[in-house]
Amino acid sequence: MAFSDHRAQEEPARRPKGRANGQNTGNAVAESDNIVVETAEKIFADLADPQTINNDKKDSWQAPLWQALSEAGLPLAWVPDDLGGSAASLADGFALLNAAGRFAVAVPLAETMLAGWLLAQAKIASPEGEMTVLPASPKDRVTLDADGALSGRARGVPFAKAAKHFAVLVHSKDGVSIALVDAAKVRIEAGLNVGYDHSDTVTLDRVQPVTIKPAPKGLDQTNLMLMGGVVRSLQIAGALESMLDISVRYSNERVAFEKKISKFQAVQHNLARLAGESAAALAAATSAADAIANAKSFNDEVYLEAASAKIRCAEAAERGGGIAHQVHGAIGFTMEHILHRYSLRALAWRDDFGSESYWAVELGKLVANRGADELWPLVASR
Amino acid sequence: MTAALRFDPIRLPEKCEQLRKEVRAFLAEEIAAGTFDPHQPNREDTDAPEFSRRVGAKGWLGMTWPKKYGGQERSFLERYVVTEEMRVANAPTRRFFVADRQSGPVLLKYAPEHIKMDILPRICRGEICFAIGMSEPNSGSDLFAAKTRATKTDGGYLINGTKIWTSSAHIADYMIAIFRTSPPTKENRRHGLTQFLVKMKQPGIKVNPIGQITGQYEFNEVVFTDYFIPDDHVLGEVDGAWKQATSELAYERSGPERFLETYYVLTELVRAVGPDPDTRSAEGIGRLVAQLHTMRRMSVSVAGMLEAGKEPVVEASIVKDIGTVWEQQLPHRVRDLAAFVEETATNRETLERQLDFAIKTAPKLTIQGGTTEVLRGIIARGLGLR
Repeated sequence: MAFSDHRAQEEPARRPKGRANGQNTGNAVAESDNIVVETAEKIFADLADPQTINNDKKDSWQAPLWQALSEAGLPLAWVPDDLGGSAASLADGFALLNAAGRFAVAVPLAETMLAGWLLAQAKIASPEGEMTVLPASPKDRVTLDADGALSGRARGVPFAKAAKHFAVLVHSKDGVSIALVDAAKVRIEAGLNVGYDHSDTVTLDRVQPVTIKPAPKGLDQTNLMLMGGVVRSLQIAGALESMLDISVRYSNERVAFEKKISKFQAVQHNLARLAGESAAALAAATSAADAIANAKSFNDEVYLEAASAKIRCAEAAERGGGIAHQVHGAIGFTMEHILHRYSLRALAWRDDFGSESYWAVELGKLVANRGADELWPLVASR
Repeated sequence: MTAALRFDPIRLPEKCEQLRKEVRAFLAEEIAAGTFDPHQPNREDTDAPEFSRRVGAKGWLGMTWPKKYGGQERSFLERYVVTEEMRVANAPTRRFFVADRQSGPVLLKYAPEHIKMDILPRICRGEICFAIGMSEPNSGSDLFAAKTRATKTDGGYLINGTKIWTSSAHIADYMIAIFRTSPPTKENRRHGLTQFLVKMKQPGIKVNPIGQITGQYEFNEVVFTDYFIPDDHVLGEVDGAWKQATSELAYERSGPERFLETYYVLTELVRAVGPDPDTRSAEGIGRLVAQLHTMRRMSVSVAGMLEAGKEPVVEASIVKDIGTVWEQQLPHRVRDLAAFVEETATNRETLERQLDFAIKTAPKLTIQGGTTEVLRGIIARGLGLR
């Protein structure tokens, strides 16, 4: 996406382009031949193992995980090196976030990446440490006063309490700006989402930003929401892949009525549906990520891709997660089991950057406004 | 990870977009000339032999096949574009669709050379229609329970028995069918069936139309009485048809026809609500479009894998499972949303007529070409559950 001309987007995607080379035709997402994803997966496997984390009542896993991710340059993957980042491509960053979903990673990796991306659009260097973006909801607004102070309230801001800085999209009479704000300057009312991750209300009351610069032409709050929505879609798709994996495994172990429950046709068909939901989420999310990574602007086609991904992945989180719980029975409903780390987070991620209901209304309006005979050409253009 | 499902974000190559323009222009001309009405979805009732020949003349039938058989040696992705544009326009494809999608590829793989040279070019020219003889009165989804006998005789086989639910048999020139040449064995119940090329419109074959709940007569009962098939019409291995069925299924199951069957009601709903819909209509349309877009991206992804020479059997089954359930529910969702459409909407009657038809069509969508239950069984096997 060419809001800034930073180097990353000009690098050839390391993702193999579908067919031809015979092996492992890669979506942006799946494992392998992607050094960024490989690095991340190794860190997640070592330091973010869901079972280990689930057993750790003191959250002592968080600091080493964040440190390892930071040392590998992953939180600032989308920031060009002259702005302090590691200049990975958008595609690699998206693939990394899908992997983070597969591990239900609960540190502000996605949020810091998004914040770094947003700041880079306005050529603002990223500081070290945890960040998040605001607003995180389409309806909230932060505005710029005449004297350069920022005011506004943003609800449901993921990991605000953990952030040292905020990347803020600001409205003023001159248009949209991007600001870097010190977390010490804002008021935070802490909250938790249904996945037990921080989702906080952030109030800016005449705050002076560290830096503020105009956003590049064409970047607005809708674009930020679409970008955030695609990030959440990839995380949901990753969580569903893991839910499918552990549900299949569990069904092959658990014995009831004197046989493995995987041998019951009703269970098989439920798991087949979970596979379908997981597949749909993966297809929608990786397609949208690919669309953004290769697009020149947020046109109707990208809008269709990104909004659809959020809508369809949210639906899959509900339906697929429901099946994963059904297969697991009572044990999956316990805090000691890891299933909830995926299922509840996937449900919580639905709410960030516009819920599926919000995007469905917006996409429906777009389609209606283009007219009936323009619907198929829009769908077929992808 | 147990389940390595792949749905890579394949994009159709540039040459497909040029082709798409050509197909749209062609269809617009046909509509203007009165060949078919795009708002009239019950094309299954419409046999359009002349249209079929004109599609053939465009080079859009057998387009992936070798040139020496009349094909164009184009990609499966190009064929995909032609298929989806025809489907969305409600074009009368019945005469050539089965031959192009399924029968031709089977002949390419298993028929002797002289038969390929005889039949494939005629399919490419849109001259002949094919049917598929799989189901029997007591074996539908359970293909390998087929009982219709093929008894060896001098120079060929004598066929006795009945096929049923055979679409287009009443207009078909040929059928590709499976018949029993040997009993199943203890070790392999799938053993003993052989695939044959059957010439229709001959003595010994009686085709009886069966009325469907849509009011149409699209499928048939086909009764064989001492019907003779020559030896060179055996397709593939005698007794070994079960080995030949799987790879074609991926093509049959993942195409755009597996989610676009009732698409027309969505277009008409968008027309009916107009450019400024209320929140309820907007949300309903938005969800349906997001689901449609996702399925198409999955379907294109499978087409890309097929083009790359893979056999994504599980992925194709997922596309058909999700796609057919969606196209089955679509008319009901559209009906919900249409309940508050203004009386003054100009296309209200068209929408209502289409909904009537789509609602009657819907039950078959999750039955034909592999039921939902069979598909979920295949997916479960792919997940390592069976």
